[in-house]
Amino acid sequence: MNNDAYEMVIGLEVHAHMLTRSKLFCGCAADFGAPPNHNVCPVCMAMPGVLPVLNRRVVDLAIRTGLAAHSKIEPHSVFARKSYFYPDLPKGYQISQYDQPLCRGGYIELPARQGEPRRIRLVRIHLEEDAGKNIHADSASLVDFNRSGVPLMEIVSEPDIRSPEEAVDYLRELRGILVAVGASDGKMEEGSLRCDVNVSVRTRGATELGARTEIKNLNSFRFVEKAIVYEANRQIEEVGAGRRIAQETLLWDPEREVTRPMRSKEFANDYRYFPEPDLPPLIVPPDLVESIGTTMPELPAYKREKYAKDFGLTPYEVGVLLGRDDLGDYFTQVLAMGVNAKSAANWVMTEVLRAANESGKPLAQAAPEPQETGALLKMVEESQISLNAAKNAFAAMCGSRKGAAATVAELGLAQVSDEAAIAGACDRVLAAESAKLAEYRAGRDKLYGFFVGAVMKAMGGKGNPKVVNEVLRRKLAG
Amino acid sequence: MGSELNRLTITEARERLRRREITSRELTRDCLARIAAVEPRLNAFITVCEAEALAQADDADRRLATGDAPDLCGIPLGIKDIYCTRGVRTTCASKILGDFTPPFDATVIEKLRAAGAVFVGKANMDEFAMGSSTENSAFGPTRNPHDLERVAGGSSGGSAAAVAADECLAALGTDTGGSIRLPASFCGVVGIKPTYSRVSRYGVIAYASSLDQVGPFAHTVRDVAAVLQAVAGADPRDSTCSARPVPDYERALTGEVRGMRIGVPKEYFVEGMDAAVEMAVRNSLKQLESMGARTVEISLPHTGYAVAAYYLIATAEASANLARYDGVRYGLRAVADNNIELYNRTRAQGFGAEVKRRIMLGTFALSAGYYDAYYMKGQKVRTLIRRDFERAFEGCDLIAAPVAPATAFRLGEKTDDPLKMYLSDIFTISVNLAGLPGMSVPCGADARGMPIGLQLIGPPFGEEAILRAGDAWERSGGFVPRAPRL
Amino acid sequence: MAQEKISLEQVRHVARLARLELAPAEEQRLQVEMSEMLGYVDKLNELDTDAVEPTTQVGESGTPVREDEVTNHPAADAMLANAPAREGFFFKVPKIIE
Repeated sequence: MNNDAYEMVIGLEVHAHMLTRSKLFCGCAADFGAPPNHNVCPVCMAMPGVLPVLNRRVVDLAIRTGLAAHSKIEPHSVFARKSYFYPDLPKGYQISQYDQPLCRGGYIELPARQGEPRRIRLVRIHLEEDAGKNIHADSASLVDFNRSGVPLMEIVSEPDIRSPEEAVDYLRELRGILVAVGASDGKMEEGSLRCDVNVSVRTRGATELGARTEIKNLNSFRFVEKAIVYEANRQIEEVGAGRRIAQETLLWDPEREVTRPMRSKEFANDYRYFPEPDLPPLIVPPDLVESIGTTMPELPAYKREKYAKDFGLTPYEVGVLLGRDDLGDYFTQVLAMGVNAKSAANWVMTEVLRAANESGKPLAQAAPEPQETGALLKMVEESQISLNAAKNAFAAMCGSRKGAAATVAELGLAQVSDEAAIAGACDRVLAAESAKLAEYRAGRDKLYGFFVGAVMKAMGGKGNPKVVNEVLRRKLAG
Repeated sequence: MGSELNRLTITEARERLRRREITSRELTRDCLARIAAVEPRLNAFITVCEAEALAQADDADRRLATGDAPDLCGIPLGIKDIYCTRGVRTTCASKILGDFTPPFDATVIEKLRAAGAVFVGKANMDEFAMGSSTENSAFGPTRNPHDLERVAGGSSGGSAAAVAADECLAALGTDTGGSIRLPASFCGVVGIKPTYSRVSRYGVIAYASSLDQVGPFAHTVRDVAAVLQAVAGADPRDSTCSARPVPDYERALTGEVRGMRIGVPKEYFVEGMDAAVEMAVRNSLKQLESMGARTVEISLPHTGYAVAAYYLIATAEASANLARYDGVRYGLRAVADNNIELYNRTRAQGFGAEVKRRIMLGTFALSAGYYDAYYMKGQKVRTLIRRDFERAFEGCDLIAAPVAPATAFRLGEKTDDPLKMYLSDIFTISVNLAGLPGMSVPCGADARGMPIGLQLIGPPFGEEAILRAGDAWERSGGFVPRAPRL
Repeated sequence: MAQEKISLEQVRHVARLARLELAPAEEQRLQVEMSEMLGYVDKLNELDTDAVEPTTQVGESGTPVREDEVTNHPAADAMLANAPAREGFFFKVPKIIE
């Protein structure tokens, strides 16, 4: 931010498409990609006389999300009608939740960039149905109701965020949670997550909130970051010039990289909420919440802590490993082979990541099977091969797709640990370098490295360094 | 002179069908002939389904021939045009649905089809079920078969008149504030509104979601029980529909009312009530007492507030239920350059005056700043009304009352004064607010011969009690309804 | 004589919310009729309902749910059969200005 006198205050509202087979209130398919109006029925198209019936999986997924976000799961919540007119809203109202949502409170813990981890508090999480889609042709608009009735979770944060980077961290963490509990596929580019950003500014140190604007429907991290930067700066300029911030709804223009007001204000602000008479209250018994609690997966924050504590990894290492799902998965599977965590982490972050980045292919295709990588690393741990040899083997495995043992054998990389063989090599080297030997014994310790190198060379690089050092030191000592 | 099989009751007809004395085709043809004869004067039907009905009748006859046919197999019914019927135009008596032809059946229609029933036509009604006289139809009013200058009642006027005029043996209506009981009373037939949630609302075009309920009309209580049996019960497509098992309603018709405690609410016998109505109702109660029932005076103190509460709740729900009629996906579409015009004009052109009135009132009742004072207040008073009935049923088994303060009024008599029209429902509306079952059985006629109905109200899921009392009354001979001279 | 419980401006506002285009005569008449109705429903204020819960459901309690299965199959032509205007498999409406 270019003006230290002010701070920005950000709140995020995320709409996440829920990963269900069918829609929220009817048995139409909820997936994407179907031809227009092929995933519709009288219910989600709002024909006369139709009625909604709740998808039970949606409730489970919302509870999982609420538990992961440390929210209170309300035993009694209510669906409500939110009325407004728009061609993609077939009933003329959206079934949502208003003053009695399914989850209240909670927080998202962000990985620490520096210092302590930050907690962004949540206001609520609630369920609602999505609307259809309008496509704009030349002289008309075309409406497709495939998306109408698809289940959404709306996750609302308190205005606790203070920078664009923090906003992105929040979104990334939230997405990680949603993917981990199976509530969403997290693919923002495909529209699985949409974000509305509330932005206001105030003088640093002030406690009251300034007037805020709402930027709607951002569907990438990059846009979120840019939009926040732009809008916060715009507001600071306005405030600095003594002007008032108009409380309005904005859109982000990715071409010109500016925010601009939504032209149509057909969205009357009076939604005339009232409890949905076609649906009884949503009763969530405590034992349902408990049983769902027992099936919860490892969540990102927990994983981070575990990785740091149990495996002695630094925050940076944890960040890299858990920054990509595929990398984290890969690491977990390598670990499962019994490899030391630090070594595994290091290997995955260097050799594996490099292989993926250089080949441009997905991780699964660029790197060997994690089981084989694990096996390779175990061979290093057990001194069967040297670290260098492992690197060579790995490079070969990336291309050949052959296993660790086979590759090591094929390339003849097996490390020699046999004392007799090493002793023999040492004897030969010392015999050939008698002058240097005398110098060493006279006190030129620096020559040690020379002898190690010579012995290794004599062994074709395959000497087990540990044993070589032991034997060589003995022999050098005389 | 042709046969007049259309004048049979269901009880009589199903027996004769079973014994193959008559066929469904013959029965249906007689109904269709009657329809052709009286419809120009009556206007009980918006759509007559001659070809479909005969095809259904033939199917029914095939099933009957096997000797293994369901109870209503081959019985011709009228269907209020509020039920979605696959492949048959459904208008809800409104212009705004245009030629909308549903690609699906309402659940109760599916059930009746499975039961082998025959649908002779879609019956006229007040537009979107909003009215008490069937004068709010976009297809003209339905006249009362007993006096063509008078209304048939509403909103299920077409269904009631069709049964009264023997155009069909029974008919389906809906009741949100009295729309089955009032026309039943005005037309001199039996009509029952079951407990809210007893029958599925899926495919029933919604007016007020927490009040609408499906129910049948017929000439006798036994007939009405038979149709109710066929439509009641759980439906996974309706989240408000009860899964409670459906009893055998005809089994309840024992004729026995000894020991029954009948509550008589003092608030329902008001000044300004038609003397003939009061007398007919009180006479029927005396008759029931002579058969061993006991009357006990009860009080439903919040009766006077019911109409006000109803017109806030029902209109609010309706304002949202009718928001889908916008010309985008089906129905009428006005010429328009932009979407605001599309919506504004389509709805202005498509909805009648009463519907607009209620949408406006309901929208206002929900709007910012008024929600608490209107909608919320109405729902709170509803709780008080429900409690009145709960308390009353601690001391009685069912409640008896008039259906309306008077008999059928003249066409046009109340159309200038909406509030006056709304007050026709003063005795029926509380029952909807409390979600209770209520039935109208003919109990008398006024000096002009216009029918008077006795209202029997039960506790939740108390259909058996009111059917039993109604049936006992009917069979006691206390009043013999006269067929209309058409 | 119904006192004015709702102004003409409010009537217009409600008509906008409800997407009903009203002719001036209709507006006037609705103002009178709504005033009358709102005057009538004022009688509810005779009742003290502070401690009373609103009824929003008159059915039974419990939350009916359905399994997360796809039970509907594509039937686009049937769903579009009643469309007042269509283009291909889309519903067509006047161009929406965003």
